[in-house]
Amino acid sequence: MKVALFATCLLDQFFAGAGVATVRLLRSLGVEVDFPRAQTCCGQPAFNAGHWDEARKMARHTMAVFEGYDYVVLPSGSCGSMLKVHYPELFEGLGEEYQRAVDLAERTYELSQFIVRVLGVEKLGDGLKGRALAYHHGCHALRELGAEKEPILLLENAGARIVPWEADRECCGFGGVFSVKLPHVSVAMADRKIDTLPEAEALVSTDAGCLLHLAGRMKRRGKPIPIRHLAELLWEARNAA
Amino acid sequence: MPPRAYPKESQALLEARPEVRESVTKAALHFDKNRARAYGEVPIEAWRDFAAQTKEHVLSRLDRYLEEAEARLVEKGVTVHYAEGPEDAHRILGEIVRKEGVRLAVRAKSMLTEELGINAFLASQGVEVWETDLGEFIIQLAEEPPSHIVGPAIHKSLEEIRALFAEHLGTPEDAAPEELAAAARRFLRERFLKADLGISGGNFLVAESGTLVLVENEGNIRLSTSLPRVHVAFVGIEKLLPRFEDLSVFLQLLARAATGQPIGTFVSLIEGPRRPGEPDGPEALHVVFVDNGRTAALADERAHVVLRCIRCGACLNACPVYRQTGGHPFGFVYSGPIGEVLAPALLGPKEAYPLYHASTLCGACAEVCPVRIPIPKLLLYWRERAAREGLLLPFEKSLVRAYAEAMVRPSAYRLASKAMRLFPGVLKSETLPLVRAWTRLRAGLEPSPRPFHELWEEIKDEG
Repeated sequence: MKVALFATCLLDQFFAGAGVATVRLLRSLGVEVDFPRAQTCCGQPAFNAGHWDEARKMARHTMAVFEGYDYVVLPSGSCGSMLKVHYPELFEGLGEEYQRAVDLAERTYELSQFIVRVLGVEKLGDGLKGRALAYHHGCHALRELGAEKEPILLLENAGARIVPWEADRECCGFGGVFSVKLPHVSVAMADRKIDTLPEAEALVSTDAGCLLHLAGRMKRRGKPIPIRHLAELLWEARNAA
Repeated sequence: MPPRAYPKESQALLEARPEVRESVTKAALHFDKNRARAYGEVPIEAWRDFAAQTKEHVLSRLDRYLEEAEARLVEKGVTVHYAEGPEDAHRILGEIVRKEGVRLAVRAKSMLTEELGINAFLASQGVEVWETDLGEFIIQLAEEPPSHIVGPAIHKSLEEIRALFAEHLGTPEDAAPEELAAAARRFLRERFLKADLGISGGNFLVAESGTLVLVENEGNIRLSTSLPRVHVAFVGIEKLLPRFEDLSVFLQLLARAATGQPIGTFVSLIEGPRRPGEPDGPEALHVVFVDNGRTAALADERAHVVLRCIRCGACLNACPVYRQTGGHPFGFVYSGPIGEVLAPALLGPKEAYPLYHASTLCGACAEVCPVRIPIPKLLLYWRERAAREGLLLPFEKSLVRAYAEAMVRPSAYRLASKAMRLFPGVLKSETLPLVRAWTRLRAGLEPSPRPFHELWEEIKDEG
């Protein structure tokens, strides 16, 4: 099985350790991982802001980069959804390119869904015994990819306790360009998440954007709790076993 | 204030009146929780499918159903009018007011009459008009527009309402909510009895039977439409339903989506004015079918689905963007997710800019919509059109072009990655344009010491 890691630009720049964790985790599960060096950004910011010509340009680049792999795995729900849900929309009615987009969409998986659905693994190890974690469901992971159960299942099966959080399925207010176009509404949304956050040793999510936004706001308000990318915890779950 | 002011108005509200965020969040989450419970009690997915298909069907044959509805209404003694926009609506209403010698009107909560500016028009004709829905009554006293489709005054705290009522109705400064409601009831009861004209909207209008359907919880709509001599109902042309039996699903679906009730407390099925021998009802009933941008929206193959909307407000309650400010900063009659896609459909994307950008595309709205309007998809559609039609600021287009050019050149991407680490101050700057939009309200960004693509070179040969 030939798997390509699409690290995504935000993770590449801000959560490099989660990229390393993803590679080690997948290898420990017997997967041959490659990291195509020409990868950059999936184009989601341009797509969401309405600049579809530019988004298509970046999507074409990305489709070429990931040609020929059995699977493309992303430690991100949002960029995963861009490839899996929105690339086909972006090339609708464009014949052969549409087919290529659909083909890539079918091979694309968010990390936790790849582990559970494709590899059929539900228990990575016992490395998270006794850990109390708050889990933020990123909107695109949750509503576009339906990745609601997989991350929780993998964390809990490794011994972690996911603390109840009334706002765990609410948007954090990042929204890509939204976060700088409407910064005040954006941080008001983050504040709702932060104000309802229960006691936990870390705030976990599968999306670098949400984590950067929430961490940045917590730090600005002076009451940060550690933030961790899902991939890092899944690797800890496995590695300590 | 126009939709264009949304960024400024939302910021100003959050900074100056944080209590609005608190009131709206509390009320909207309460509505949403009740909706979720009420959805869980019935085969909701099948109902939503039925409702979406029925609405699509009506929209695809709207001309036919309008003719059928008009014929049935006329048979029942209703006078039918068509209004293309506010001017038509004002002319029609003005003629009725003059002919009937109307001095006092009562209004039963209706968003369409907000679209048409009916209150201001009546005032200009020397007609005294009172809102009879409690929430609408509150905001009439406060001289504000509704901030929510179903709960027009949800942005108001109890303290604010107490102060308003003390000033206008002479209630005690510490009046209990029950006392406030009783004071409103006493005040309005007198107006109901004296009014010459009752004005309503219409939740549904059944084409095959000519039945005007009104749903409410307070009984004020029933009074407004049965006590005055004349009843004028403004009905959006998209409100038609083909068959009477369609109501069996729509009435329950509307109530469950809006408030989590199994059905509205009062459902009025109105078929014509008072008939000989009947004890109550108006002498004259007028139905005004209103277009106001709907035909143009209908012609748009992608955007027309917005006309399925039954004005339940469920998407507002589910929306985390809406919950921060309530509806006022949107600058349009309809706010929240549905307002963000109704505004460009009814006003055009230029007039509605930038409302369709006021969303993170989180998808919570589509998850609850009883008629399955794919709101995030529509938001993307309008954003794409706005970009294509040059409605965005010129620098945004240049910026996006430059970014796309860099991203299809891996060497440029890696160069930018290096530059970011050579000048770490840039991402923490609170003065640089763009960067400061992030850093003013959040801590500055700190890149990983080395990007993953460099670390890969070290781990690629690990076992």
